[in-house]
Amino acid sequence: MRKRSSRIVFLPLWLVYLFFYVPIAVVVFMSFNAGDNPYIFEGFSLDWYGKLAGDATILEGLGNTLIVAIGTCLISTVVGTLLAVGLARHTRSKVLEAIATLPAILPELMLAIGLLIFYSAVNFTLGLTSILLAHLTFGIPLVAVVVRVRLASMDTSLEEASTDLGASPIQTFFRITMPGLAPGIAAGALLAFTFSLDEFVLAFFSAGPTDPTLPIVIYSMVRFGVTPDINALATILLTISVVAVLAVQRMTRLTESLK
Amino acid sequence: MSRGRGSFLARLIFLGPGLIMLTLLAVVPMLLMLSTMFFQRGRFGGVVYEFTTANFSRLFQPLYLNVIQDSLVVAGVVTVLALLIGYPTAYAIALLPAKWKTIALLAIMLPFWTNFLIRMYAWTILLSGPGLVNESLTGIGLIDEPLELLYNRGTVVVGLLYGYLSLMILPIYSAVERLDPRLREASANLGASPIRTFFSVTLPLTLPSALIGAVLVFVPSFGNFVVPEILGGGKAIMVGNLIRDQFLKARDWPFGATLALAMIVVTLVLLLAQSIVSRRTRSA
Repeated sequence: MRKRSSRIVFLPLWLVYLFFYVPIAVVVFMSFNAGDNPYIFEGFSLDWYGKLAGDATILEGLGNTLIVAIGTCLISTVVGTLLAVGLARHTRSKVLEAIATLPAILPELMLAIGLLIFYSAVNFTLGLTSILLAHLTFGIPLVAVVVRVRLASMDTSLEEASTDLGASPIQTFFRITMPGLAPGIAAGALLAFTFSLDEFVLAFFSAGPTDPTLPIVIYSMVRFGVTPDINALATILLTISVVAVLAVQRMTRLTESLK
Repeated sequence: MSRGRGSFLARLIFLGPGLIMLTLLAVVPMLLMLSTMFFQRGRFGGVVYEFTTANFSRLFQPLYLNVIQDSLVVAGVVTVLALLIGYPTAYAIALLPAKWKTIALLAIMLPFWTNFLIRMYAWTILLSGPGLVNESLTGIGLIDEPLELLYNRGTVVVGLLYGYLSLMILPIYSAVERLDPRLREASANLGASPIRTFFSVTLPLTLPSALIGAVLVFVPSFGNFVVPEILGGGKAIMVGNLIRDQFLKARDWPFGATLALAMIVVTLVLLLAQSIVSRRTRSA
């Protein structure tokens, strides 16, 4: 098959890569610009990175984002892992299954306004906690899905032997299931962290007036047009995402799950 | 330890925290949003729980119907383009040697895991008056004056395509990869041309996954408000912008929720269509 397929079949692939990476490459390249014209490269410098380090709004946004992302990551990892094991080993209910996957399928905007109405109905003050809770709606199903992919590939006979020898489900979980799941759990944790770090729509609707996360800060910057310091910030965030995804790939062979 | 044999305690510990949190934070808010459509607005946002059907009659005013229709067209064009570009791309990845496949797939997934706002911002640099695209076009002498590339419906389509194309490629790749090569060989041995084999064997068997991709691209495109704002410059607003404004500017939450009904209906119709087609393909 491959021998007969000519090189022309790979043309769409190359065009898609150009489409995907040229815009990103331009942002990264221009972040090292010495001048402040966003369209003309006037020589190499790290000035814009230095300027970021002194920008109070961005640093505050970064701090808020890290609090939310670390919280989302920790809670989603624990709860999502338990949920994955529970759904795979302790129930057959389709309804429970649906509840666990629904939030990941719903359009973000719908979930965001639903949560805003909910927070208002129960008089919950908007702030970092409300953003964190909003991020859990995606973080928990995300970890659960990644862990379940790993669970499906695990041999159940060890768990069965453990139960037959009289171990409780909890003992079996900690001694047998957990160690085997570790790479899946770590991958899920990283994805939940990356998701929360970059998430804008849920955060935008759940944020209070005083503590914006970094994506909310970026949104207000971007709306006022092109400024070179966004390029530097963008480059840093892109690097974090790339490192995280490559780490996930190493741990779980993310791409194998597509086969 | 087979499914369903776990004790009540085990179920509570494993399933309890996640299901309680997701019920409170997703299921309850969704039900609340649906019920909000029947209530009245508060003076400074929020909801006054008094029954009304006025929100629905307002939804059918031409002003709003036009925006919904525009959003359907934009999301539809994005989805068709994603399908036309995504299918051959996914097919090409499946033809790669095994060691290249992983890298090729990672390169498709990576943009999806990077910051959405930043990816949209990148296009404003490329497409603006003195940006790279205009510079290159004047450079090779195709145009004399910079084109007005930003802030129109076409820019919004490009942005949404850029945002969600990965979601079309991945499910199609998965389906092509799972195809039994013997089916294609059998078709070829029976004398079918490669083109005939593609249209009567490969395409029908991968169609359900292409439709999953279509849902994954259409739904977030339809409800997007970031791209119309950053790349559309507010000139090509979509239903997402209307919803956002009802919540954060006009402070009419019940009507905002009613506008979101359009999103819910569209999402449900697409999911239904997708499941019907995939069931037919399986039984055929």
